[in-house]
Amino acid sequence: MTAIATQPTTRPTVHHPRGRFAERAGLRIGERFASPGRIGALVALVVLAVLWLLPFLWALVTSFKSETDAAATPVSFFPKDGFTTQAYTNVLQQGNIPLWTWNSLITATAVTVITLVVSALAAYGFSRLDFAGRRWLFWGMIASIIIPPQVLIVPLFYEMLTLNLVDTYWAIILPQVVAPAMVFILKKFFDQVPVELEDAARIDGAGRLRVFWSIVLPLSRPILAAVSIFVFIAAWNNFLWPFIATSDSSLMTLPVGLQTVKSAYGLQYAQVMASAVLAAIPLVVVFLFFQRQIIRGFATTGFGGQ
Amino acid sequence: MSTAALSAAARTRADADQVRAGERSARNRNNRIGWAFVAPFVVVFVMFLIWPLIHGFYLSFTGESITGANGEIIGFANYAEALRDPIMWRSLLNTLWFTVLSTIPLVVVALVLALLVHQGLPGQWLWRLSFFMPFLLASTVAAQIWIWMYNPQLGLVNYLLGAVGVDPVAWLQDPTWAMFAVVIMTTWWTVGFNFLLYLTALQNIPEQQYEASALDGAGRWRQLRSITVPQLGPVTVLIAMLQILASLKVFDQIYVMTNGGPAGVTRPVVMYIFETGFTGYRFGYASAIAYIFFALIVIISIGQVRLTSRRSA
Repeated sequence: MTAIATQPTTRPTVHHPRGRFAERAGLRIGERFASPGRIGALVALVVLAVLWLLPFLWALVTSFKSETDAAATPVSFFPKDGFTTQAYTNVLQQGNIPLWTWNSLITATAVTVITLVVSALAAYGFSRLDFAGRRWLFWGMIASIIIPPQVLIVPLFYEMLTLNLVDTYWAIILPQVVAPAMVFILKKFFDQVPVELEDAARIDGAGRLRVFWSIVLPLSRPILAAVSIFVFIAAWNNFLWPFIATSDSSLMTLPVGLQTVKSAYGLQYAQVMASAVLAAIPLVVVFLFFQRQIIRGFATTGFGGQ
Repeated sequence: MSTAALSAAARTRADADQVRAGERSARNRNNRIGWAFVAPFVVVFVMFLIWPLIHGFYLSFTGESITGANGEIIGFANYAEALRDPIMWRSLLNTLWFTVLSTIPLVVVALVLALLVHQGLPGQWLWRLSFFMPFLLASTVAAQIWIWMYNPQLGLVNYLLGAVGVDPVAWLQDPTWAMFAVVIMTTWWTVGFNFLLYLTALQNIPEQQYEASALDGAGRWRQLRSITVPQLGPVTVLIAMLQILASLKVFDQIYVMTNGGPAGVTRPVVMYIFETGFTGYRFGYASAIAYIFFALIVIISIGQVRLTSRRSA
């Protein structure tokens, strides 16, 4: 696997002369542990991190207040009447959040799977096979990355009306499956997989699909994981198109459903925050589980570096 | 010619024909296999991107409404109306203003955060989590949180301002402040993406450069100025370009937080397209605005490509 590019790690390949503690503390050579630069940087980091976490914390704390507490002036950060889960019970009993979460799960998973299959097949075709019109198709696809999906909302809706797909899962799923950028990223990766690895199998008579499935795909796990995560997150959080494509409340995805909450709950701030927290949880959990893959995904896609 | 020579010539011709036929059939096989691999993509590509693109362009020359009525071609009337439409121009202006206001912090703040985190201080996972997590929120979730943050009487922002003696501001209701409120929210929400891009780029700078300079006595600031920053040029250009294009397409958070108001001072182009088509039911007119917007995007994209290729040339 030496020919496949791996990304450099953050740790230096040579061990720190001052030992593993210095290495783990991120000390540069000749740097003191408590140098003013490092202390300053740490203080700045803490302040900024608190700033960035504050909106979350504010939403969280509000969601555990009673409604009267949430609307009480003067404002206090923590609840005066103690913590309560009343808002959550209300939201879960009266609202549709579990249903919307389910819809999001179905559509996002479908979009991810279909996009992955379609894009990987196409990327392999572009990477390994020479066929008539290949150049035109490839560059046409690249050019289409410029097209903002927002420009297409009107004709796409028209098309869904014509196909009788409005207010179905497919209306939400299908337009999101077209991902020329992902095809491009996958092709770039496949280009780096040495052809020799496939030649042996092909000489033995294995067909292209077989080679693709058994040899190229297993070697592509990192990039496939990265693409899956990107596509899943984007599909889960997509608002404009699912908003347009569905008017039936039982089909709405989580972001869309949450938008309708605004008018329904109106001034019940604790409940609005409770629904926001509930809506935020799925992807935060995903991130906590897949943190490494997500961050590695940024490196693998080739965005970083010179 | 002798019969032997004649038949020998015929045999070479037959051989050549056979070779050519073999090549043709191999090419045909390659064509079939190649197209088989790209076929699924081509199908969805044409159905859900190319066809709507063409159809939308066609629609912009009709007066079609959402019900399908009035579908006759009316020439350039939609475009003429759009160019005379003050709301269209205002929304273009709003979009450009938002792009300028948001791109700068989204690049600079991301860089600062990445530089700080890259110092290798302990607690890496906590910093990465804090700065990237908002990016994982759906637009409506982040927007709801910030609507609450910006609540004039009960929100955290005015509460904190009050603690330092500043009068409360009606962030989302005041025409002076609404766009800034949206920009601040957007920065909090999406900086994580640029932050990770910068972090990746920083990690690609070989550690040996820092070690070598440290042996020569360089401190952190000197390393920053002389090693780190010069090598961040290309990725900064990339991030800025991506950010500009992303900001031009803004819709979600403005729609949820201000609905384009107050008095249309925050309404972006995409929202005007949406309103015209799905609230005003004028598909033809909405398509015309959409294509004017698309032309703007293309011009800016081409400008970006030319700018960067001239620099590297």
